[in-house]
Amino acid sequence: MPDTPVESTTLLTLQDVEVSFTLKRSSLFAKPSLLRAVDGVTLSVRKGQTMGIVGESGSGKTTLALAVARLLPVTRGQIHMNGVDLLSLRGEALRNERRHMQFIFQDPYSSLNPRLRAEKIVREPLDRLSIASTSRRDDRVRELFDQVGLRRDQQRLFPHQFSGGQRQRIGIARAIASNPSLVICDEPVSALDVGVQAQILNLLRRLQEELGLTYVFISHDLGVIQHMCDTIAVMYMGKILEEADRESLFNTPKHPYTQALLSAVPSADINRRNRERRIMISGDPPNPIHLPPGCRFASRCPQVEDRCRVDTPPLVNIDRHHRVACHLVKAAG
Amino acid sequence: MTALLSVKNLTVEFTTRDGIAPVIDDLSFDLAPGETLSLVGESGCGKSMTALAIMGLIPSPPGRVASGSISLAGENLLQAGDTRMRAVRGNDISMVFQEPMTSLNPVFTVGEQISETLRRHQGLTRRQAKALSIEMLDAVQIPLPTRRINDYPHQLSGGMRQRVMIAMALACRPKVLIADEPTTALDVTVQAQIFDLMRAVGKETEAAIILITHDMGSVAEMAERVVVMYAGRKIEEGCVDDILARPRHPYTRGLIACVPHLLETVSAERPYLQEIPGMVPPLSDFGFMGCLFAPRCDRVETRCWQEKPKVTQITPSQSAACWNLQEAKVRVDA
Ligand SMILES: Nc1ncnc2c1ncn2[C@@H]1O[C@H](COP(=O)(O)OP(=O)(O)OP(=O)(O)O)[C@@H](O)[C@H]1O
Ligand SMILES: Nc1ncnc2c1ncn2[C@@H]1O[C@H](COP(=O)(O)OP(=O)(O)O)[C@@H](O)[C@H]1O
Ligand code: SF4
Ligand code: SF4
Ligand SMILES: [Mg+2]
Ligand SMILES: [Mg+2]
Repeated sequence: MPDTPVESTTLLTLQDVEVSFTLKRSSLFAKPSLLRAVDGVTLSVRKGQTMGIVGESGSGKTTLALAVARLLPVTRGQIHMNGVDLLSLRGEALRNERRHMQFIFQDPYSSLNPRLRAEKIVREPLDRLSIASTSRRDDRVRELFDQVGLRRDQQRLFPHQFSGGQRQRIGIARAIASNPSLVICDEPVSALDVGVQAQILNLLRRLQEELGLTYVFISHDLGVIQHMCDTIAVMYMGKILEEADRESLFNTPKHPYTQALLSAVPSADINRRNRERRIMISGDPPNPIHLPPGCRFASRCPQVEDRCRVDTPPLVNIDRHHRVACHLVKAAG
Repeated sequence: MTALLSVKNLTVEFTTRDGIAPVIDDLSFDLAPGETLSLVGESGCGKSMTALAIMGLIPSPPGRVASGSISLAGENLLQAGDTRMRAVRGNDISMVFQEPMTSLNPVFTVGEQISETLRRHQGLTRRQAKALSIEMLDAVQIPLPTRRINDYPHQLSGGMRQRVMIAMALACRPKVLIADEPTTALDVTVQAQIFDLMRAVGKETEAAIILITHDMGSVAEMAERVVVMYAGRKIEEGCVDDILARPRHPYTRGLIACVPHLLETVSAERPYLQEIPGMVPPLSDFGFMGCLFAPRCDRVETRCWQEKPKVTQITPSQSAACWNLQEAKVRVDA
């Protein structure tokens, strides 16, 4: 029996997903090395909600997202969306399923084709997936421009004629054009100024409410994650170390890494600054190619014990909506 | 307070395709010895140009200092010649840039680069410089410094490279350290290490620090005073706690309110963020005779379009340039 019953409202489930890269051998005699960018991730995302993935650079966030979108091969595990086994799909069936899943990228500069007019970029998924009649597509493009707060007279401009924030709006219009159920947002505001960031975050929230979208929302900014997400998974070196609903994760973080991560964020909130229980962790994350056995965080963990360097702590439920992978945190019942 | 560094009515002009525009427009501020001051604002507001002006490194052409003065301990740096400025940059003022990779030379080891700085500015012998370099890498918490001095920049992580930059910047015990977005490219746990390091060495060497950032959280954690810049102008200045609790300029208020600050405790409630509509104007619009924030401001009046806002001294330490200042928020808790 699976210990996590699939709820009726679940849109996306990942079971023990692994994505590995084979790296070029460093010398003629060396073995080619294997980099497990995503290592045994199990997650479920509920309909209409936002699942946040947070972690430092190189923790595997983008790799995980690309794997879900089938833009990278999955080495092991299973991914289901709406009950459909995504990894078994090929050709036409895969293309059909893709319309339900769209991507918003970090860099609004390089993710739009500079030679296409804005309207053509937004319309492209409709053409590619043959959605609606040709004339209906023109109406749809106008509607999409309205929805993301762009003016109709901007439809015929090229990407370089827009600001970064406006380009991100074009990217969002393109992503929602095919009426997807799932939108994966990979650092959608990291390249934007704070004033513009607020505009885009509000837009994403409004569209979610209006269209019932489900988001996988990737960011390294904990303030943004706290603001946007219903459930949050904390990743480190390819593994989920903690996962919980928003209030549990931020009010009662259990994993030493989550605690350190939260306490490292400089804050304008006077309540946070007055509290002064800074947990400093030293050093950088370990080399992902030569991972030591045991807990991934052991080399930087302030609470490390001998067993941590030997056994990998499994991700276990400590209550219904809270999972933690640490030897010091007790599993429920 | 007697200022260590004093910028007075500084105007720096750039020649662009659309004519001449002030990247820095009548900017004045003081820096006291040992203090940490933050320059904050969205990108393109002139923060980096201010730093480069102080270093005497404004790219020319297209830029030139049109008027004003920058004095360090009484000496007007704008009058100093090239030789003198090189000495100032080595010994009195140093700078850490956002991307350490571009400011380290890829073909020399980090040890060679620190030693070179020390030998050039402090006249040390090769052996003395090497010994001191190791000591400095150790001081900025680079593990195994005797080995690491033989590494090339690409062999270090981003955080380590930034630590090397800080070691180099502090090698000659400058009076002023300018850090231009020193942690923007780094992870938060590493940012926390760099900030701790800056605080510690700042205290140890008694250097005054100018921290350039767009993040109010970093301002709150690192600085005592803050200068808020918008489109080349200073629009508000004050002690960090005052500015955070009672921002009086609409832009400052927007800058604080539009960010989802990480909260100590969260509840189920999640209001929409306050937006600052629009964006920073292009350089060609800088120098406009009215208020440059008018197109984005919710308190704009007719006068704002016509006259450059006058500076109001709100308290001895807080001032703002606005025709229609935000009321100081009155606390209503009992
Ligand atoms: N195509 C690839 N070939 C080899 N290694 C890769 C490839 N793509 C990613 N990696 C490695 O996989 C790991 C995870 O990378 P990923 O881009 O998913 O991280 P991330 O969490 O998105 O980081 P960031 O916050 O910097 O975007 C890293 O060690 C990275 O170097
Ligand atoms: N070499 C240059 N030529 C023309 N304009 C420039 C140059 N460097 C910077 N600028 C312009 O000067 C303004 C201020 O830039 P900068 O000081 O770098 O801003 P900040 O550091 O606050 O982001 C911006 O409008 C920028 O586009
Ligand atoms: S398992 Fe051990 S090393 Fe890993 S987080 Fe827990 S205490 Fe730290
Ligand atoms: S001067 Fe006018 S437009 Fe400018 S910030 Fe003040 S109220 Fe707004
Ligand atoms: Mg990424
Ligand atoms: Mg800058």
